[in-house]
Amino acid sequence: MDILVPILTMAALGLFFSVGLVFAYKKLRVYEDPKIEIVSEMLPQANCGACGYSGCRAFAAAVVKGEAPPENCPVGGEEVANQIADTLGIKAGEIIKKVARVHCRGTWNAAKSRGSYLGISTCFAAHLIGGNKQCSFGCLGLGDCVLACAFDAMYMSEEGLPVITEDKCTACGKCVDACPRSILDLQPISQEIIVFCRSEDRGPIARKVCKNACIACGICVRACPDAIILENYLAKIVDFKKIDPEKIPDIEKCPTDSIGRLKKENER
Amino acid sequence: MEIIALFFSAILINNFVLHYFLGICPFLGVSKKIDSALSMGLAVTFVMSITAAVSWAINHWILIPYQLDYLQIVSFILVIASLVQLVEMFLRKISPPLYQALGIYLPLITTNCAIFFLALMAALKNYNFIETVIFGIGSGLGFTLAIILMAGIREQLDLADVPEALKGAGISLIVAGIMALAFLGFSGMIK
Repeated sequence: MDILVPILTMAALGLFFSVGLVFAYKKLRVYEDPKIEIVSEMLPQANCGACGYSGCRAFAAAVVKGEAPPENCPVGGEEVANQIADTLGIKAGEIIKKVARVHCRGTWNAAKSRGSYLGISTCFAAHLIGGNKQCSFGCLGLGDCVLACAFDAMYMSEEGLPVITEDKCTACGKCVDACPRSILDLQPISQEIIVFCRSEDRGPIARKVCKNACIACGICVRACPDAIILENYLAKIVDFKKIDPEKIPDIEKCPTDSIGRLKKENER
Repeated sequence: MEIIALFFSAILINNFVLHYFLGICPFLGVSKKIDSALSMGLAVTFVMSITAAVSWAINHWILIPYQLDYLQIVSFILVIASLVQLVEMFLRKISPPLYQALGIYLPLITTNCAIFFLALMAALKNYNFIETVIFGIGSGLGFTLAIILMAGIREQLDLADVPEALKGAGISLIVAGIMALAFLGFSGMIK
């Protein structure tokens, strides 16, 4: 008989708590569309956030709800987009392949240094005290972007600038976020002409601190007035589709080499 | 007066993490960012205070009258497990990002020895109901304090030049040890 008391007590306690949990579950249950799980599994699971959502799962939820188009995942690309579109019975849009570009040509030789920086070896830290170059817009050269890249698509060149391997770049945008000076951004891979400078200094100052700085002379603007404008003493490409291929040599007359095509040997 | 002393001694002097070294798993696991550390601390505080109340009720109304003291361990675990389930459902409903951020550490509160220790300690010391609840809240806040301090230090540690061999858990345990030494300074303030 003695053994019955503890058994019944535990059974009663267990029953009490389980009934409580059942009621709580009814009140607090979260309904989740099973399609979210399926779509989520198709995604690359890089959780990079390039789609604008906090992770692959959040993006999957948005796609299932119809808030985001399936082609917005730049890492998965066309293949994943079509796969998702097939599963959900919707049509995937056309994908513009993008790639990260470096907007600085301030190599160790070209950009004058302010002194040698011996602090914590990250761009984030160096940026706080102004960096080691006289130019306060240029690449800091300590490779935060290379560290941020999850796809092994970047390395630092000997000249102290990041180099992007186009084939490996998935345009996830992690390097763009990692750079404290916004040297990097994502551009369509078909865009040939790139501005290689971020300096908003006036011409004479810009020229003094870096050989490859945009001095806002306007040669490129005269070559393609529809496509290129000057903004804050810096050339800016408004619409790359309006750049006439025949005018590219005119644009590349740039006296400081701060606009033009990538040089294939080391800047892919 | 004694209740106030009990409350503060649970937070500062007999801090569960830094004095008894209990609950180290979430203390190291969720202390990488201050905001998730804060939510973890609050979840533990919630579970601790309710556990204290419910386990007191079970102990004094069921176990002691029927001489079933030996069922303390298993019935307290039942209480803790059910409460953690409740917190999990609640968090999933009101804050999915937080639910994701806490991840596996949320269900692991169930096996957090700090909470179990609290229930046993309160039974052992024969606290009355109010003392038990105050002890529970104080211990939870003590855990929250410790994990937030740890998270603050670890956010700074990300920029520090730590020797390769000590990166990650190693340096965190050293920091925890130094924090425990610092908290030793409080001992003896309340008898």
